[in-house]
Amino acid sequence: MNTFKQPNWLDPAPFLEGVERINTLNSRIPTGPLEQKWEKHKGEIKLVNPANKRLIDIIIVGSGLAGSSAAASLAEMGYNVKVFCFQDSPRRAHSIAAQGGINAAKNYQNDGDSTYRLFYDTVKGGDYRSREANVYRLAEVSGSIIDQCVAQGVPFAREYGGLLDNRSFGGVQVSRTFYAKGQTGQQLLLGAYSALSRQISKGKIELLNRHEMMDVVVIDGKARGIIARNLVTGEIQRHGAHAVVLCTGGYGNVFYLSTNAMGSNSSAAWKAHKRGAYFGNPNFVQIHPTCIPVSGHYQSKLTLMSESLRNDGRIWVPKNLDDAQAIRNGELSPNDLEENQRDYYLERRYPAFGNLVPRDVASRAAKERCDEGYGVNKTGQAVFLDFASAIERYGKTEASTRNLKSPTKSQIIELGKAVVKSKYGNLFDMYQQITADNPYETPMKIYPAIHYSMGGIWVDYNLMTTIPGLYAAGEANFSDHGANRLGASALMQGLADGYFVLPYTIGDYLADEIRTGQISTDTIEFEQAENQVKATLDKLINTNGDIPVDDFHRRLGLIMWEYCGMSRNEKGLKKAIILIKKLRDEFYSNLYVPGDVNDFNPELEKAYRVADFLELGELMCIDALNRKESCGGHFREESQTDEGEALRDDDNYTYVSAWEYRGDPSDPKLHKELLKYDNIEVKQRSYK
Amino acid sequence: MQFTLKVWRQKSQSSKGAIETYHLSDISEDMSFLEMFDVLNDKLIRDKKDPIAFDHDCREGICGMCSMFINGEAHGPGRNVTTCQLHMRSFKDGDTIYVEPWRSSAFPIVKDLTVDRSAFDRIIQSGGYVSVNTSGATQDANAIPIPKEDADSAFDAATCIGCGACVATCKNSSAMLFVSAKVSQLSLLPQGQTEANNRVQRMVNQMDAEGFGNCTNTGACEVECPKGISLTNIARMNREFMKSSVG
Amino acid sequence: MALSGLFLCLFLVGHLLGNLQLFVSGQQGADNFNLYAKFMTTNPIVKVLSYLTYFSIIFHMVDGLILTIQNRRARPKKYVIEKGKANSSWASRNMALLGTILLVFIATHMQNFWYVMHFGEISHYEIKGQNVKDLHHVVMSFFTPTSNSYAAFMVGFYVLSMLALAYHLHHGFVSAFQSLGLNHIKYNKIIEIVGAGFSVVVPLLFASIPLYVFIKHYL
Repeated sequence: MNTFKQPNWLDPAPFLEGVERINTLNSRIPTGPLEQKWEKHKGEIKLVNPANKRLIDIIIVGSGLAGSSAAASLAEMGYNVKVFCFQDSPRRAHSIAAQGGINAAKNYQNDGDSTYRLFYDTVKGGDYRSREANVYRLAEVSGSIIDQCVAQGVPFAREYGGLLDNRSFGGVQVSRTFYAKGQTGQQLLLGAYSALSRQISKGKIELLNRHEMMDVVVIDGKARGIIARNLVTGEIQRHGAHAVVLCTGGYGNVFYLSTNAMGSNSSAAWKAHKRGAYFGNPNFVQIHPTCIPVSGHYQSKLTLMSESLRNDGRIWVPKNLDDAQAIRNGELSPNDLEENQRDYYLERRYPAFGNLVPRDVASRAAKERCDEGYGVNKTGQAVFLDFASAIERYGKTEASTRNLKSPTKSQIIELGKAVVKSKYGNLFDMYQQITADNPYETPMKIYPAIHYSMGGIWVDYNLMTTIPGLYAAGEANFSDHGANRLGASALMQGLADGYFVLPYTIGDYLADEIRTGQISTDTIEFEQAENQVKATLDKLINTNGDIPVDDFHRRLGLIMWEYCGMSRNEKGLKKAIILIKKLRDEFYSNLYVPGDVNDFNPELEKAYRVADFLELGELMCIDALNRKESCGGHFREESQTDEGEALRDDDNYTYVSAWEYRGDPSDPKLHKELLKYDNIEVKQRSYK
Repeated sequence: MQFTLKVWRQKSQSSKGAIETYHLSDISEDMSFLEMFDVLNDKLIRDKKDPIAFDHDCREGICGMCSMFINGEAHGPGRNVTTCQLHMRSFKDGDTIYVEPWRSSAFPIVKDLTVDRSAFDRIIQSGGYVSVNTSGATQDANAIPIPKEDADSAFDAATCIGCGACVATCKNSSAMLFVSAKVSQLSLLPQGQTEANNRVQRMVNQMDAEGFGNCTNTGACEVECPKGISLTNIARMNREFMKSSVG
Repeated sequence: MALSGLFLCLFLVGHLLGNLQLFVSGQQGADNFNLYAKFMTTNPIVKVLSYLTYFSIIFHMVDGLILTIQNRRARPKKYVIEKGKANSSWASRNMALLGTILLVFIATHMQNFWYVMHFGEISHYEIKGQNVKDLHHVVMSFFTPTSNSYAAFMVGFYVLSMLALAYHLHHGFVSAFQSLGLNHIKYNKIIEIVGAGFSVVVPLLFASIPLYVFIKHYL
């Protein structure tokens, strides 16, 4: 089997340089002008007639925004759909936790928004590493998403006139974000879940909750089904279908600590990768600057504080190292420091954008200050997000609207606090609940945390992976956000894929499947896949070492965060690859999984997922090592300007890295999809 | 901090369960309740014992998966919090803490503290939706203005996370708060009007078929609901139900 | 449940207004009360209302029984620790218990007076050409220690039963409006205040009658 030569990662040059700079992947982008591609493509796509749709089975893995919306739409069209989710209900998918909002080029505010502008902002925000045609299509269908959701009864925020309200988000100059307080993701997901539920009641969708996809089954080069495990009974099942759609979200949990849910995992994507689906830009992960810092080694998860806070909060650390030290030791309160003793480093470094620089920039700047010793919590890994001046500013405005003549300082503060409460009350409460600090009185402490993965399974314009019949939608695919995602765009992409893209494009493939007949699961391929799954589970449970799976996961997370996190360099990445391999070896020799294979066994579920993280982590480092430029969330220390800003290398890296699995996680093959920008001028981002 | 935990252990739905006692020390007051359970499970696994099964996922209070009945209250002593957002500083050093699963015949126990809440899904499937297909040609989102107060009330009802604390805490295991939240949301919006009568009838019937108890208006659900869903929704559903029974 | 409960609340008001005549002393008071009692037992409209009341009581009881059985079945396995007082009033959690006490009370009460009036041997006399039963005397002697050796015990039982009624009403009154969907931010407060007032005033006045009769003997 393993006849190929193990590459020497300490000297990657021969392997990496050997790849020719040509398009080795066909992304099947329709010809014609950008703004006509999608319409034209829809017109040319092959259709499946209604009677034949009844003969076609589709499996959807995952029930988040992309999964639920795709399942509902495909079932409405007449296909037979099976939906799998590992949680107890499809409504638990982590889309539910998205806070801020969803973008759409509706131009309701008449501030000059347009499909092109949304397209432009997204490509620029992604640091020119996303595919033009996909992003344009996303912008094109964004308006329909809002229409669809309102029709479903999603209670978006409204103005007093009864029309929809908008807010603005980082990195753009228009107000195009629709929202439902700080729970937009929840409301959108429940909308999609209700559409899904409707089709379940009609018998068009079979829901398999507490079921996890264990592997994809490929027959004659086509995806023909999956192996699933009933998480309650442990039963291993075969499910055949004419097409399989992965809507399994992102892989931020490779870092152990992230804003993802505890169960979010990469296993479905990784198993697909191992069966032949290329993995696109695995190293592109987004680090969100405003999260509640780690409080101890027991920490299981990090909580996001919405980006909207940066509209009013000012970020700072003490100017003097001694003050920082005193604050860390609890000898000094931040409120004791005078203005001139504080370093508002974002305002200092980026006067034009100030505290509202994009996420990647804000995150790196925080890390830079903490690395220099200015961190403000016990661990030295936190900066202040201060609302004092916002409270004062709002207080003054409020006092003047209320015609208060010469209000006292404390009156102003009281009025200001009330305004801040009305805007961010639920976030402040959540912060206080978690930290026991009152953010109205003392500044919040925040630190960046892993939030979203722009990378994912490589897909073509039809959202099909390199395995025919296997699709990937939502965060699971790599397609639309390039190297950095803009706020409020994840929800947009998930629903665009599920409601308006996949239901059309999947027909192109399925039109040739109408004569296939039902997919038999009684084949050698299904049997082999099932046996492989069983063997893997047996191996995990029979290792019988001493260390619980969380321990390995935590250690993997530390390696990833240290060497493949906010800033990366060649030496560190190479070290990480060695460390991960070592950890993987230890995992398979000293893991302890209690319980039984044929039982409800959450530890076994975790072990199955962490086994995959241990391989994906390495691929991320390999990818980061290969990409010697800095772009978006990927900051290579070797590639920066004199002022320490990220420096892209468009000549050499304007491509998507799509990695092919060749039997050994340490030996992937790089394929390139060269990116062309015909409708947008490629510029170096600047927020100075 | 130190705690004595009295946790309900039950191998499977059919087996008989019992309370077991565990002692934990070195617990930080900054830990969430579930992180304290992580510590306990880590200890159990290292001692080659069966860890405690409990449901959890997002750990930021929105997915609705965590579900522990702590010291006689759903999601513990805090108000407007889920178990995952409950922190150990809410307890006193040395406390004895009882942890039990949601108890309702409609929520059978899967294992230990994990229960099966698919009854909620089936209630939504019976009518908790607006019957509109996906289409790129629905009318423009701003075609029907909706008064802000109605939109806000609908939103407040729609913030239900489906955790089941209302059922767990109700002495009758009634699901009225959950069902009424969905009925309210859709009855407050013009989009939901056309099928309002059918919806409330079907959802209430399904709720009864699942074996939930009856609402006797104790109001406990509203107090324990982590999202503060109001009892007003139940009254609204009762109104809708009577209207639909007559009309 | 709600409808029968609210109807019974109306009955309570009617019943109370009639009974308050017992506070009027002298022969005039006795005559009025006895005439009133005669009217109540013979007027066809009152007859219909009384059957409606019997029906309501039975319906309220049977419905309550069914609900209680269903509710117990909905949670076959109880919690080891349950802290109801953290989230609900004692009355709201014990309506069945309170209802049972009231049922016992109603049965006793009807045996004490209704049965005696219809089937017992009571002296008759004439007022303005009408032959009336001297029910006034029955009531007075029932709660007077010299004519009824159990009077003190009965007074205590009646007073405690009215306490149960107070708790039952305290939850039941407001609850009925909630069940009927008559709940609105604007009126909730009013319903609550009226409910609280009703649940205190009505049982208090009822309870004051036997107490008054009992104490009057010692004055």
